[in-house]
Amino acid sequence: MSNHALLGDEAVALGAMHAGLSSAYGYPGTPSTEIMEYLLRSANAGGEGIHQAHWSSNEKTAFEEALGASFCGKRALITMKHVGLNVAADPFMNAPLLDIKGGVVLAVADDPGMHSSQNEQDSRYFADFAMIPCLEPTNQQEAYDMTRMAFDLSEELAVPVMIRLVTRLSHSRAAISTSDPRKQNVMKKADGGAGWTLLPARARRHYASLIGKQEKMNLLSEESVFNKLKTGNESEKCELGVITTGLARNYFNENSGELTSSYNHLHIGQSPWPAAKIRSLMDSSERLLILEEGMPFLERYIRGIGSETMPIDGKLNGKVSRQGELNPDNVRESLGLPSLSSLEFDTGELPIRPPQLCNGCPHEDSYNFIKEVVQGLDQSIVTSDIGCYALGALAPLEVPETVVCMGASISMAKGAAEAGYPNVMAVIGDSTFYHSGLTGLVDCVADQAKVTVIIMDNSTVAMTGGQQTMLQSARLPQVVEGLGVAKDHIRVLDAFRRSHDGNVEVLKEELAFEGPSVIITVRECVETVKKRLARRKQAKEAAAGGNR
Amino acid sequence: MKYDIILCGVGGQGVLSVAAAIATAAASEGLKVRQSEVHGMAQRGGAVMSHLRLSDETIPGDLVPRGRADLIISMEPLEALRYTEYLKPEGICITAKSPFENIPNYPEMDSVLSKVESLPNSRLIDAAALAKEVGNRRAVNMVIVGAASTYLPLPEESLKSAITTLFTRKGEKIVEMNINAFSLGRNA
Repeated sequence: MSNHALLGDEAVALGAMHAGLSSAYGYPGTPSTEIMEYLLRSANAGGEGIHQAHWSSNEKTAFEEALGASFCGKRALITMKHVGLNVAADPFMNAPLLDIKGGVVLAVADDPGMHSSQNEQDSRYFADFAMIPCLEPTNQQEAYDMTRMAFDLSEELAVPVMIRLVTRLSHSRAAISTSDPRKQNVMKKADGGAGWTLLPARARRHYASLIGKQEKMNLLSEESVFNKLKTGNESEKCELGVITTGLARNYFNENSGELTSSYNHLHIGQSPWPAAKIRSLMDSSERLLILEEGMPFLERYIRGIGSETMPIDGKLNGKVSRQGELNPDNVRESLGLPSLSSLEFDTGELPIRPPQLCNGCPHEDSYNFIKEVVQGLDQSIVTSDIGCYALGALAPLEVPETVVCMGASISMAKGAAEAGYPNVMAVIGDSTFYHSGLTGLVDCVADQAKVTVIIMDNSTVAMTGGQQTMLQSARLPQVVEGLGVAKDHIRVLDAFRRSHDGNVEVLKEELAFEGPSVIITVRECVETVKKRLARRKQAKEAAAGGNR
Repeated sequence: MKYDIILCGVGGQGVLSVAAAIATAAASEGLKVRQSEVHGMAQRGGAVMSHLRLSDETIPGDLVPRGRADLIISMEPLEALRYTEYLKPEGICITAKSPFENIPNYPEMDSVLSKVESLPNSRLIDAAALAKEVGNRRAVNMVIVGAASTYLPLPEESLKSAITTLFTRKGEKIVEMNINAFSLGRNA
């Protein structure tokens, strides 16, 4: 047993390693990124039988790569943020029908409050949709313990298991204690003949088997150590029964000491929902308060349609905040406790300070030349995508007009151009292009859509901390050409201020072209340059020290 | 003992290093520590805030409730004002004096500073000048740790050794420079 101060994300990574992890795949996305970074650091440090850890082009390929490892009998982990699961939904929804022998665990990190995301979708719906168990840790220790357990559960039930994290756990640090690592599974190919071929006749059998497993999953939830019911009063009903899921328990515990009357409390960390425990809580309480981090998922299940037998407070009747994160303060309000007395001080109106592009960011120079061209046009559309460059939609640049989801810039531009709008430009980053831009560009080539794609190539996944793009910068023009864009209309430019006037002319030329063209603006991210130089300096100093 | 801290500043100012130094020192003193960080989009030159909770008993969650913070440690005066509602009535606010003006509507500097000064328990530290004295403007954050150290329920020595641990990877010179920054801040 040892002690480590770890982020929630890192606790998941270590839990997976100690569960005998063989392979891990993922795509960077806040707040999930640090799981894979930890696994990569450990893999790079080496050691006998160390796991495989790789970033993938997108969440779908990551999921499938993990399935390949599982097919060989090995334990595999997939990491992504909530919206990444939309991309991976195809393999994710089919995997529960496979005869999983090597445990498959999906660690997905939701972002309630949208600290760094475009929506606050709740991944628990996906676990329910796929009919698999979901474990939801409330602290770093549980993140470790649940991840270890998830692999056992996956092999016991022969289905993937979801670990659902949220930003505040992913990015909070605390000490955890660990237990002895388990060995990796031995290599043993699954019986591919029947268990892994989802042809309709076979898939029907597999689906029947998945339905058959639900009873076992329900039973495991009823017995789970993570679903604890504490009754406040043995002899009579309590006025209040509280159900918490996820981090709501922390905020409830923060305040529960001040409740004056006795209450019942059920915490649910493992789904499917433990129906018997919920019923027992309802039978022993006069009123129910449901506190869940995320959407009112459990609340809907409990309320049903017009079948309420007792008063239920939650997100659906406005007693708990429907949008954003829970926190100690809004949970306190939901419990009917008065706010704590704060320092009384009137700061007056303070200006907000939104995130913005770094000083000297190459995207700024790219947007400046696009902006000059746009300002000279009567009509134009600039679609954009997910990454640092989305910040160009804010003042002072205000160039992108759409930011929707990974890859949408190119496909939306095609749709707009084919609707007849002139001067349509799509702005996308190099990593996002590999993630989901390739297919949209193929569509443009196939129909010779009049779209000008601008790939801002900073050779890194900048927003999530500078992971390496899948392929080197120099390969990008070849890839674009390989997809069928005419060579004369692939223009590689410098993203520097000094190149501004020339870049303006190139963009004007390509907008005049009657087919798809791609402009690649190249300059390394200022943050990765800084890191690279710091590493070089350190290496130099270390070498100089060695010579002394 | 329970001690709740709000750390704030602008993305890139080293707020996380401040949190790491205090958290490491607290852990070495056998305290329980919970630290909530900000990663991703918010880090890009925007307002950032981190919660740090120290206690000798179990800490229920990672977030400090409004009205419970003992201390605000800020790298920037406007950001210090943003979180005053987290302070207990008797809470203390320590902030670096130099503004980080990356927004067009940054208020008049005098009004910001006078607001900070009118807080019941506040200290403005000319951290930029002190960091310059040790020869690196990036040491501002350790100057601020030093200034906060007289209020923290932690011994000076454990904070110093935490700073040493934190910067060892970057070489002896950097460690020394940050320790000097801490000492100047402590005596400011």
